[in-house]
Amino acid sequence: MHTNGSARAKIDVRNVRKAFASEKVSLPVVDGVDLQVADGEFVALIGPSGCGKTTLMNLIAGFLQPDDGAVFIDGIERRKPSSQGILISQQGSIFPWLTVQENLMFGLNGHAHTDKTGIADHYASIVGLKGFETSYPHQLSGGMLKRAELARALVVKPEILYMDEPFSALDALMGLRIRNELLRILAEERHTVLMITHDVEEAIHLADRILVLSPRPTRVQAVFDVPFAHPRRLTSPEAQELRVAVLRQLGVDA
Amino acid sequence: MNKLTQSLPSIGVLSLLLAAWWIAVAWSGSVIFPTPWQVVTGTAELIRNGTLWLHISSSLLRVAAGFGLAVALALPLGLWMGWVNGAYLTLNPLFQILRPISPIAWIPIAILWFGVGNASPVFLIFISSVFPMIVQTVAGVHTIEKRYLRAAENFGVSRYTLFRQVVIPAVLPQIVVGMRIGLGVAWLVVVAAEMIALRSGLGYLIMDSRNAGNRYDLVIAGMIIIGLIGLLLDGGMRLLEGHRLVRWRYAH
Ligand SMILES: Nc1ncnc2c1ncn2[C@@H]1O[C@H](COP(=O)(O)OP(=O)(O)OP(=O)(O)O)[C@@H](O)[C@H]1O
Ligand SMILES: [Mg+2]
Repeated sequence: MHTNGSARAKIDVRNVRKAFASEKVSLPVVDGVDLQVADGEFVALIGPSGCGKTTLMNLIAGFLQPDDGAVFIDGIERRKPSSQGILISQQGSIFPWLTVQENLMFGLNGHAHTDKTGIADHYASIVGLKGFETSYPHQLSGGMLKRAELARALVVKPEILYMDEPFSALDALMGLRIRNELLRILAEERHTVLMITHDVEEAIHLADRILVLSPRPTRVQAVFDVPFAHPRRLTSPEAQELRVAVLRQLGVDA
Repeated sequence: MNKLTQSLPSIGVLSLLLAAWWIAVAWSGSVIFPTPWQVVTGTAELIRNGTLWLHISSSLLRVAAGFGLAVALALPLGLWMGWVNGAYLTLNPLFQILRPISPIAWIPIAILWFGVGNASPVFLIFISSVFPMIVQTVAGVHTIEKRYLRAAENFGVSRYTLFRQVVIPAVLPQIVVGMRIGLGVAWLVVVAAEMIALRSGLGYLIMDSRNAGNRYDLVIAGMIIIGLIGLLLDGGMRLLEGHRLVRWRYAH
């Protein structure tokens, strides 16, 4: 099942290990992870809480250095973060002191674009924030903040989007709406996406492939292809079957 | 309307105090301690002969000079110390030793270095307000949440953009708090500094009124004016806290 061996995987993670040292004890968190993501592919990472998903994503995006192994992007070893891959963090990082528009323009600083506000406003309307360009983040709802964060990443046209549980704080209805928006955007602008989620249905809704991670120290425990064409019906028997299989890997009998 | 009812209790307390003061002076038959009315007529006299404005403006100018110099040094230094850990480790111990020294203890040195002109009080104001502002600015930089710095790093912006759009706006609320503390201290210190050998200022007014014929009505008039101006200065700094650029900090 593992789509391996593609010589030019967009993301190529080879035997990455990471432990955190604290007062004499060393806590192994990532234990020899191998994974590849093809250009334009959407991969979901799912695993128990505290298993090391965020740590793994930080290693891949370049915010942490592996103790062992290496991460290659387009065949080149990744050592530090770059705007080629934008990470949408679990806690959110929209700057509270800038307006929505200023946040969206942030990544364009230093670029030679003539119409930065135009680009920012375009993406604001794509994620449904038209009319809120001059608002400050504290004037937005939680769902709007998440959409602003997504728009700020899209503005710089990153080749890779790293998303750490981007929609988990939202209610089911808002989560579904943003997921559909995301699919619409991804159909227009091809991004490679790596997304962490707790939600099996969300993974089946969005991803081309689902990687199930083991408890800490984490490894890739199972890989599932999601062969359904968009738009997907999560109630179809095939989708339900896949959901049960993924849940079983997570140790839940549904 | 609501504001009026809110301030009624404090107006009541003030009136009671005034009444108690008046009655106490009348009953004791003191010839030196003035009644509230004598303070009012004393103030009117100062206004009429023009000396009140002279004293107020002298004090304010000294505060403006000393405080302005302190801001000009404390903000860049605080940002630098907050950002560059080596600078922090080198300078912080020194400032932690200098900070608890009362500005009054600097008076002999101020006189030695700057004589008895305007430079001495300006120096004392500078010395007393610069440390709290440095400390606040450094703390502001140190408490910037990591997720924001990481996001900025992710977008690969220049150092200039990082400072202008992330570090400085993130620290600005703390800087404003530091400036409010600094200005409060500066106003406390100017009065003390003017009590030595100067010919103008509200501190001088108080000392001179006592020395030249026990004019305690003018002493108390000076004290009340100092209090009111201090209140106004603090109110001005509070207005800054409501500014668009720092309001996000208090909006939760
Ligand atoms: N900087 C760090 N220093 C020490 N330990 C850390 C650090 N970051 C993470 N850990 C530990 O590593 C483990 C994995 O953390 P991580 O945040 O990667 O989990 P996660 O899978 O993302 O969890 P969740 O699903 O709850 O977000 C945890 O036990 C955590 O305590
Ligand atoms: Mg996590």
